[in-house]
Order: sequence, then structure tokens, then C-alpha cells
Amino acid sequence: MTSLNLLAMVSIGYVTLLFMVAFWADRQALRGRSARFMRSPLIYTLSLSIYCTAWTFYGAVGYAARSGMEYITIYLGPTLVMIGWWWGLRKLVRVGRSQRISSIADLLSARYGKSNVLAIGVTVLAVIAVTPYIALQLQSITLSVAIFAEADPTRSHNESGTVFWIATGLAFFAILFGTRNLNANERHHGVVMAVALEAVVKLIALVAVGIFVVWGLAGGVEQVLDRVDQSPIGGWQVDGGRWTAITFLAASAFVCLPRMFQVMVVENEDERHLRVAAWAFPTYLLLISIFVVPIAAVGLELLPEGANPDLFVLTLPLSQGQNGLAMLSFLGGFSSATSMVIVAAMSLSTMVSNHIVMPIWLRTTGAFGGASVSGDVRSVVLFARRFSIAAIMGLGYAYYQISGGGAALAAIGLISFSGISQILPALVGGLFWRGATRSGALAGLFIGFTVWGYTLLLPEVAGGVFSAETLMQGPFGLHWLRPQALFGIEGLDPIVHCVLWSMSLNIAAYAIVSVCSFPSPMERLQGAQFVHVFDHSAGPGGWTGSVAQSEDLMIMSQRILGPDEAQVFFQAALKRQGGPGPLPEPTPVFLEQLERELSASIGAAAAHAMIGQIVSGAAVSVEDLLAVADESAQLLEYSSRLEAQSQELSRTARQLRETNQKLTQLSEQKDVFLSQVSHELRTPMTSVRAFSEILRDEPGLNAQEQHKYASIIHDEALRLTRLLNDLLDLSVLESGEVTLNVSHRHLSDILDHAVASALAGADGPLRVTRDRTAEAMEVETDVDRLSQVFINLIANAQKYCTAVAPELQISVSNTNGQVHVDFCDNGVGIPADFHEMIFEKFSRATPERAGGAGLGLAICKEIMRRLGGDISFQPALAGAAFRVTFPIQMKIEEIR
Amino acid sequence: MAGRVVLIEDEANIAEAIRFLLSREGWQVKVHADGSDALAVIEAEAPDLVILDLMLPGKSGMEIIREIREVEAMAHLPVLMLTARGQLKDREMAERAGVTRFMTKPFSNTEVLTAVRDLNAQAQQGMPSVSSICDAG
Repeated sequence: MTSLNLLAMVSIGYVTLLFMVAFWADRQALRGRSARFMRSPLIYTLSLSIYCTAWTFYGAVGYAARSGMEYITIYLGPTLVMIGWWWGLRKLVRVGRSQRISSIADLLSARYGKSNVLAIGVTVLAVIAVTPYIALQLQSITLSVAIFAEADPTRSHNESGTVFWIATGLAFFAILFGTRNLNANERHHGVVMAVALEAVVKLIALVAVGIFVVWGLAGGVEQVLDRVDQSPIGGWQVDGGRWTAITFLAASAFVCLPRMFQVMVVENEDERHLRVAAWAFPTYLLLISIFVVPIAAVGLELLPEGANPDLFVLTLPLSQGQNGLAMLSFLGGFSSATSMVIVAAMSLSTMVSNHIVMPIWLRTTGAFGGASVSGDVRSVVLFARRFSIAAIMGLGYAYYQISGGGAALAAIGLISFSGISQILPALVGGLFWRGATRSGALAGLFIGFTVWGYTLLLPEVAGGVFSAETLMQGPFGLHWLRPQALFGIEGLDPIVHCVLWSMSLNIAAYAIVSVCSFPSPMERLQGAQFVHVFDHSAGPGGWTGSVAQSEDLMIMSQRILGPDEAQVFFQAALKRQGGPGPLPEPTPVFLEQLERELSASIGAAAAHAMIGQIVSGAAVSVEDLLAVADESAQLLEYSSRLEAQSQELSRTARQLRETNQKLTQLSEQKDVFLSQVSHELRTPMTSVRAFSEILRDEPGLNAQEQHKYASIIHDEALRLTRLLNDLLDLSVLESGEVTLNVSHRHLSDILDHAVASALAGADGPLRVTRDRTAEAMEVETDVDRLSQVFINLIANAQKYCTAVAPELQISVSNTNGQVHVDFCDNGVGIPADFHEMIFEKFSRATPERAGGAGLGLAICKEIMRRLGGDISFQPALAGAAFRVTFPIQMKIEEIR
Repeated sequence: MAGRVVLIEDEANIAEAIRFLLSREGWQVKVHADGSDALAVIEAEAPDLVILDLMLPGKSGMEIIREIREVEAMAHLPVLMLTARGQLKDREMAERAGVTRFMTKPFSNTEVLTAVRDLNAQAQQGMPSVSSICDAG
């Protein structure tokens, strides 16, 4: 038999070990060289196992003995969360880190516009829901000690004294390691290490008992299964409603319990640890739950009727004389209870001191915002924490004393779970729904908490608050208000009934009030920060440092915003603050405004980093720099796109300029052309008008004069007609609307016809020499147009050749399908300054004695272009020499 | 009182028409078609009036009027300019260069005769004409 002395010694030794581990881990962390395994996902996973309290260690076996396989739901909930909702947890962890969240009350407060009312509500709810749970842990230790005390009749056992000392010791541990320092990130490496160690101890203990039961007592797996079948456990029916409700409760409690939030979010070192925990923690749960049913079945069979099944884990080894195993088992239960109590007290104390004690202290001492008392505030916060821990432990102890430890462990656990689950809608909604408001969260929490208290907490735990009559008939005879049959829904299990009503009313109130109320700007801001936490994890943390130099901020803002705009912004802020100036005080409000203003110019991350550097003198973090780089890259890309566009624009502008130049040129050419045409028309019309007036007005003209003047009018009219014909011809040729009639003809025939036409009616004696053998070739072209060119050239020679015996030589050659026809006269030729413009319209090298308008050669040029050939002036030769070149056979694409 | 006119015009038909009209009025008309030696012809003739075409072979009417005005004796010689290019800028340029009157082709015979009469009358009243100076001399 194990003596109580031995038990006490082992316990004290174990606690000493825990102290040492915690102390060592804290020291390592303080020196900044914590061992690698301390930051590993393994420690994180093990610390999550504070989910498994004494309720799980002892209570699960009792649960299985009373309700069969239902105990699995307690493990199923967290498993589903870890495996199926790890992404939600990741978001929670990211929010917690980016917003520097210290507790679940802080989280909800931060999400809903930093509302302290909400934080107080959550804190009160958590304290009420968790206090029985803490009492439960104390009870389990007492019960387990009592087992050993029964077995050791040599000592009288003072039960309440044990509980008191245990409570005091746990409070001491929590105060020592939970409030050693005010870490900015609220991490407690010592506590976490101790919790991890205890997680290992309780797992080993339960597995050891399990192995002993299966292979030591039952004689193997098959025999155990047989015994399970024979025991009442095998006959239990699954109640679907309870299964669903309890699985849900376990899942939501896993997320919402303050101690779970503490280890999962606040103590999280690295959000990647969640990835490992997502499979490792369910594995831990599987291991710790696998022997529950065998222990329960064997215990029911071997232990006497009336033995408390909650303590089978302890009593089974004891009854078999396995004192060492019983001691290990005791340590396991002790670990489960102590780790839960320590972390729960720590997390609750953070909430109580931050949201209740500190605001009251600040208000009563009027020390609001005074920078001078910052040193005092630190000690006040530490004191508030320690006081809160003591108070919470005191509450748990008091509850234990008052309730007398009557109710079954599992029942208290479930009641606690359903109370804390009321936080879930506001929590999940806050993470994923931007429309959720503070009023909605408050309404949901209040309704859910009230329904929970009315339907479950008061009837089940605070026995005697409701009389039997109230339970049966409803308060004041209101039948539909019966605590366990609200609105006339009867026959439900109390837990299912409570979960159904509290959660549905909670969610309904939350959603409806959220939709109907308007969020404050702060709520909007925080809502966006939470819901889109992955988009801007480095969001504004709210500037609190007051050491910022306004001058520095001004200089920085001038650089970013420009001197004038910065001046305007600072002056406006100064006016709002109403201070003496010349610069506004760097209040948090002002800093946030400035940050927003700057982020419009340089991006949120850069603005945050720059203000952060000035305000807190903090070095810019790698994360900040990465975000800045990211934004810069976007800016660069944007600017390169702009550059490309500007190049494109300048290209277009150049094209437009060129086009404009061409159009202007064309317009000028058109003006010149019109002016020339008008001149060419006016000249013959002047003669026509003058002589027609003479003929009309002068009666004394003789017949000869009359005839002469009438002939002039006639000639000038013909000249006008010719001019108009040429203009039209040229216009058709230039516009390309000319239709060519391509046909076969001998070149000599064409020349014959041209010479005959050009010289018909001419008075000059032009002699034309030709080479008929060279001309003997068939050409395929527009014969009439080619002939027109020839006629023009021959007529020109006839008109302008001033030689005494004018002569025109026409010579023909053919090279590679190109026909050359040269027209050479023996005159003085064309003056050199006219060579360049000889083919221009209205250009005339000679006085207008020939009566031409100067369009002939322009028309020739145009025709030859249409025929796929050319006409050129040969300046090197004596006299006027023209060469006409054209393909012997016109190509199809040139007929256009 | 009609006197001597020098007509510088390369269009033979137009020159003939003006010559006919003015000679019927009693003017002695000297027709010259080339611009390059027009000044010499005018100086040689010492006319009471010059009728000058703008577009001439050899030298343009605009150059000729400038040369005329550079000769001191002809500084106030009435010059009637005729042109088929009737644009405003041509008229302004001609007036700046010293043309006494500017007329656009085609013109009515009456217009030409009236213009010649006016110019002659003005010259008789105001400035002594070249010929009268010569006569006096």
C-alpha cells in the first residue's frame, strides 16, 4: 500500500520538476537562446493537450461507463476542427499575431471596434463558465488523493485542507510563471514547457494503465472486446441529437475556451506549427482515448458495485496491487488538472486585469494617458494580473466548497463547454463577415448567455435555485418558459435543449442586430483588418508611442506629400487638436490619420514602416521591407507601363505631325493649283470679253477688223475648251479612276498615227525621221493613251523647236521587255532652270505664244505611270530630248 | 488730253484689244511683250502712262514696277497693273511696290478706259507728268 506520505513526496517532487522546467525554459527564452525544440511544432501540439483535463483523464472512463461510446464526441469535436478547419485556425492565429491579441476577450473587443463593453461581457462569461471547470479540477485531485487516503488508514485525511493547499500552490505557480514579465507578445515559455511535459506524463500514464488493463488483466485484445460486448457499454444506443450537440460543443469549446485560445493563438510561435498540429493533435487524442472503453469495461466488471467509475483509472491498478502504476496514474491525473488550472487562471487573469481591473484603476486614479506614470503602470498591471489569478483560484476554491463536489465530472465539463460556446458566433462571424457589428455581437452573446444560464447552468449546477415546481410548471406559471422545455419543446436532453436554443437564438440575434445596426468607423476598419487579415497582415496596429517628434514627422511628410500639402494637413490636424502649435501633438489619432494620408502616396506598408520608425524608433522589420518592396515592384511595373504608353503616344504624335505636314503640303498645292487654274482661265476670258465688247460697242469697225476680232474670240474659246479638257484628263488620271483599254498593236502603227495627228494642220515644216526596223514590234498596252503621249511630244517639238530646219528624230529600242522610245529635236533645247519642273503642272519654259496651259507633259507623266512605264527628260542631249519607257506587255496589276 | 502709253503685255490678243481701245481714244500705244527689257522700253518712250501685266516672261511686273520707282524721273509715273491673278495679297504687294492702280482680268473695256482717263487726269492736275517735264525742258 502506498502511504500518503509517499504520495505527497512524489507529488512535491513532480511539482518541483515542473517548476525547474518552467524556470529553465523562461530563462532560456529571456536570454533569447531558447533551444530549438522549445519552438518546435511538437511543443505546440503538446501544449494544445491542455484540452485534455482531469475530466478527460478520469472523466472519460466514467463517461464511457455511464453513457457508452458517447465520450468519443469529446475527442471528435477538436479532431474535426484541427483537420477540417485548420485554415480557420490559421486565420485566427494570423489575426492574433497581427493585432497583438492577448486573450479571446481582447480578440472580440478588437474586432468590434475595440469595445471594452464587449470585452467585459466575454470576460464575465468566461469566468462564470470556467470557474466550475476549475473547481472540477480541484475536485478530481481531491478525489484521487482520497482514494489513496482510504487505502492508507494510518493517516487522517483533511480533504478541504488538501484542496486549499493545492489551490494555493497552483496559484503560486501561475503567478510565478504567468506574470514574470509583461511580454509584448504575452508568451510564457516556462508555462508552455511545463504544460508540454505534463501532456507527455498524462499520455504515458493513461496508455500505461490501458496496456496493463488490456494485456495484464483482460489477457489480450480479443478478450477485452468480448468483455466490452458483455458490459453495459456494448448495449448503449447512440443518441444522434446528443452526439451532434456534444461534438459541436467540443469543437466550439476547443476554439473558444480561454485556455485553448491562450495556447493555440497567444502562445503560438509560428503559424506553420498548425500544419503539424493538424495531424499530430488528433493523433494524441486518439492515443489518449483508445484505452478508455477497455478500462471502463474491465473496471465495471472487476470493481465492486458502486465504485466511482470516474476513478477507475486510479482504482483499477490499486485494486490489483499495482501501486507504482497507480502512482503514475495519479501523476497523470494531477498533470491534467494542474496544467488546465494554471493556463486557465493565467488566461482568465489576463482578461480580468486588462478589461476590468485596469480600466477601473485608471479611471479612479485619473492616470489616463499620462506618460509620466508609465513606470507605475507596469507594476500596476503586474499586480492586477497576480490579484486576478488569486481571485480566480479563490473563486474556483469557493465554488468547490459551496457545491460540495456533487455533480459528475462530465456533466460539469459539458455545461462549461456550452457556456463558452456562446462566444463562437461572434468569433467566427468576426473573422469572416465584415458586416458584423458590435451591437450584434453584444446582443448574440447576451441572449445566448442568458438562455444558457437559464436552461442549463442554473437547473443543473446551482441546484436549488429553481424549485421542482418551477422546473415542471415554468416560472410564475408560464408554461412555455419552463427552463428545460422552452416554448413547449419537451423530451429533449437538457444539453441538446440548451445548445439548440442558446445557439439558434444567439446566432439569430447576432445576425439580425448586425444587419440592422451601423458599424462605427473603427469597427469597419477592424472588420476589414480581421476579414482580410491575409491581405494586409502588417496593418495599422494603432500607434501608442508618444515619443514621436512632430518635426521629424513633418519633414518626412513634406518629402512624401510635398511641402504645401504637408503644411495643409498638419495645420488642419493642429486646428482639430486645438493645441498651441506650431505643430500638432503626435497623438495616436493623428498618427493614424497621417499614416492613411501617407499610404495614399507610398502604399500602406511603406507608410506603416516609416511612421513606425519615427514613432517607436523601431527598426523596420523584414516583413515591412518585403511589403515595401512588393509595392515598389508594383509601382515599377506601373511606371514601365506608363513609359510604354508615352512612347506609343509620342509615336502617334509623330505620325500625326507627319500626316499633318503632308496634308498642309497638299492643301498648299491645291491652293497653288487653283490659283494657276484661275489664271489660265482668266487670260483667254479677258480677250474674249474685250473683243466681244469691242464688236458690240464699236460701230465703225470694218469687215476685216470684225473678222479678225471674231477669230480671236473663237481661238480663245477653243483654248478654254482645251484647257478644261486637259484639266479633266489630268484629274481622271491622277485620281486613278481611269479605265485602260489594253490591246495589241504594232509600235510603228501607233507612231504613224501620232505623227499624222500631231502634224495635221500644223504650219511649221517639222521633219520627222524614224527607224522602221526598230519599230517593228508588237506592244500590248493602252494604245490610245500611248498615242496621246507621242502626239504631245511631237506637237511640242513642232511648236517649240526653233531651228531653221526643225527636225525630230524618233528612235526605238527594246531591253528586257522594256521599250524605249526617244524623241530628239534639233532646237535650242529647254533652259536648264526648267529641267526640274518640266513635268509639273502649268510649268512653261516658253512664253505663251503656243497657247498651251502647261499641262501637256504633266498629263504625259501621269499616263506613263498608269501604263507601268515612265517619261523622262534627257538633259545631256542637244535640243529637247524625251525618253518614253514602257513594258512591251503590260502587267495585270498595273491596270489599276 | 491723251498722250503716250506703254503697254507691257505678253498675251498678244489682250494687248491688241487694249491697243485698239486706247488708240481710238487718241493715245499712242507702244506694245511690248517681254519683261526683261521692259524698263529700257519705258525709259526710251517716256510715256504718260504705263499699263503693266503681272505675269511676264523674262521679268515679272512686280520687279518692273520696283525698277520704275527707283528711277527718279518716273517716281510719279502713273502705272496701271493688270493681272489674271486677282488675289488680295497680289494687289497689296503691287500697291506697296508703287503701282498707281490695280485691275483684275478679265475687265470691261469701259473700266480700262475710265482708269486710264482718271490716272491721266490726276497726273495732269497734281504731279507734272514725265512728258510735260520733257516738253518744258
